[in-house]
Amino acid sequence: MTAVTPRGAKPKKVFSPRNIMLYGALVVFSLYYLLPLYVMIVTSLKDMAEIRVGNIFSAPVEITFQPWVKAWSEACTGINCDGLSRGFWNSIRILIPSLILSVSVAALTGYVLACWRFKGSEIFFGILLLGAFIPYQVLLYPLVIILREMGLFGSLWGLVLVHTVFAMPINVLLFRNYFVALPEELFKAARVDGAGFWGIFFRIVIPMSLPIFVVSGIIQVTGIWNDFLFGVVYTRPENYPMTVQLNNIVNSVQGVKEYNVNMAATLLTGLVPLAVYFFSGRLFVRGIAAGAVKG
Amino acid sequence: MNHSIEIKDLKLAFGAVTVLEDLNLQVGQGEFLVLLGSSGCGKSTLLNCIAGLLDVTDGEIHIQGHNVTWEEPSKRGIGMVFQSYALYPQMTVEGNLAFGLKNARVPKDEIAKRITRAAEVLQIEPLLKRKPGALSGGQRQRVAIGRALVRDVDVFLFDEPLSNLDAKLRADLRVEIKRLHHTLKNTMIYVTHDQVEAMTLADRIAIMKGGQIMQLAPPAEIYNRPVNKYVAGFIGSPAMNLIEGDMDAGSLQFETGRGMAFSVQGYEFGSSPTSGRVWLGLRPEHVHSGTLAQTQPVQLDAYVDMVEPMGSDTQVWAKIGEQELRFRMDGQAKVDIGDTVPIGFDPARLSMFDKKSEMRL
Repeated sequence: MTAVTPRGAKPKKVFSPRNIMLYGALVVFSLYYLLPLYVMIVTSLKDMAEIRVGNIFSAPVEITFQPWVKAWSEACTGINCDGLSRGFWNSIRILIPSLILSVSVAALTGYVLACWRFKGSEIFFGILLLGAFIPYQVLLYPLVIILREMGLFGSLWGLVLVHTVFAMPINVLLFRNYFVALPEELFKAARVDGAGFWGIFFRIVIPMSLPIFVVSGIIQVTGIWNDFLFGVVYTRPENYPMTVQLNNIVNSVQGVKEYNVNMAATLLTGLVPLAVYFFSGRLFVRGIAAGAVKG
Repeated sequence: MNHSIEIKDLKLAFGAVTVLEDLNLQVGQGEFLVLLGSSGCGKSTLLNCIAGLLDVTDGEIHIQGHNVTWEEPSKRGIGMVFQSYALYPQMTVEGNLAFGLKNARVPKDEIAKRITRAAEVLQIEPLLKRKPGALSGGQRQRVAIGRALVRDVDVFLFDEPLSNLDAKLRADLRVEIKRLHHTLKNTMIYVTHDQVEAMTLADRIAIMKGGQIMQLAPPAEIYNRPVNKYVAGFIGSPAMNLIEGDMDAGSLQFETGRGMAFSVQGYEFGSSPTSGRVWLGLRPEHVHSGTLAQTQPVQLDAYVDMVEPMGSDTQVWAKIGEQELRFRMDGQAKVDIGDTVPIGFDPARLSMFDKKSEMRL
């Protein structure tokens, strides 16, 4: 009876110099990004007395959730003292219509530019892309006038409109490039099968395009949620999004700087984009890659 | 209503580029017409015009007696099969077959009936619940044909349907398409660049080049009496020998000036023969060797330059004087480089084209 000897290439060593370098670098970079987050979390769980001791890296001796409660429902932002909760719901009310409107309009525009070319559609697309390179600040005041003339200035819908318009260049680019890569014969087959403009869009194109919708959705959720400039310019204080309120809490010049409350408020504000990445990161990467290879 | 499809003075231009010009074509009821040509000849473009997927610049298209020049593809009474199959990936096979019928608001039980029938004809019943991604190439193309079949239309359009399949499957499906045509007796227009598909399937072949139809004729006629030098060189594998030389109308003597000369007595001229420079076409398979050569009206000696044994037959590259000639010998024939082989052929099987116009004489 012969012994069973292993065959094939020798297994690679775990602690090869290459691996040590690679994982060492990864660990260093992870720490670089995670350390501030750690500081924020521990600080938000300490009370002010403990913070004043000055050991910002030490874990809280006595964990308290009071700063979180205060940030959410008691901190004063301007004239109101009901915390970030008001801003959170405002942000939700801004986010949902802006997200739906911007993604649908961008998808539809991309679909037309990819599949129903008209005379001058390439030029149109070029001009649209140019929009991505114009600094927002340049357009702030003209937009104020436009919104005023439309009677939308200061309202939620005015802000939704602004978000939708500014979403166009990058999102139309994403959708158009994704749709261009879909096989042309599919559209021909659908036309022979009697599907029209909307039929092809809803029954053929959309079901094949989940990844790019996820990508566009994530870009929009983060962009709209993190927006500060448009929120502060185009709405009234009762409609201020969470970011503006966060700024009002953190940058208030009166009274004691409550670092723990500030940290908690900042973490609360960042939760939504974080959650979106967390739950759809895999689809996000796939969508970006699909667009990259075929665009 | 004699014609299934009638195309009158069709013109298609993209800006300044004219792709099709003054194209006229009539396809009979139940005819299998193959559009054959190398890539860029306009054959797929013509098919897309017939399908209504491209708007024509000028001219008219009639299908079953109706002027459909400006009709939507779905309203023309056509079904189409594409090279890439173009199945809707997110739908099951059944969904793919039903899609067009649902759009046309066909009642549910009628849809079910038609799908069952088509699945039976194409033997795809076990696949109905699967998605296209789970099918092989041959199965996908069958489903694509099924999608045209359920539409219950008079005209089928095929756009290079077998090009994406491997050689063996292609041969199988080719026979199946022919059988399908025999059963259904629909009018079929079939675009391909494969001359074997064209020869085996077609009732008539339209050979296209540069947006024009060079010759429209049954396969046998295209093979035996190519109308010009292009068609002669395009059809046949290995390609026809095309030999340049002088024709003397009085003596019917052909002379290359490179050591090859013979009488073409027996060649059927289209009009009365004239003297001048010509291209003479001789198919490799029409050259006989061995004992058979001695029975042929024209007999020559060929010096063997190169031999390609294929098993079933042997391709011989030879020289007659300085003139190169390619011909076919039996696979069992013993022949070597440097041999001199007696060959013979019948001038009735030749093709002759004017040097300048390249048209058949």
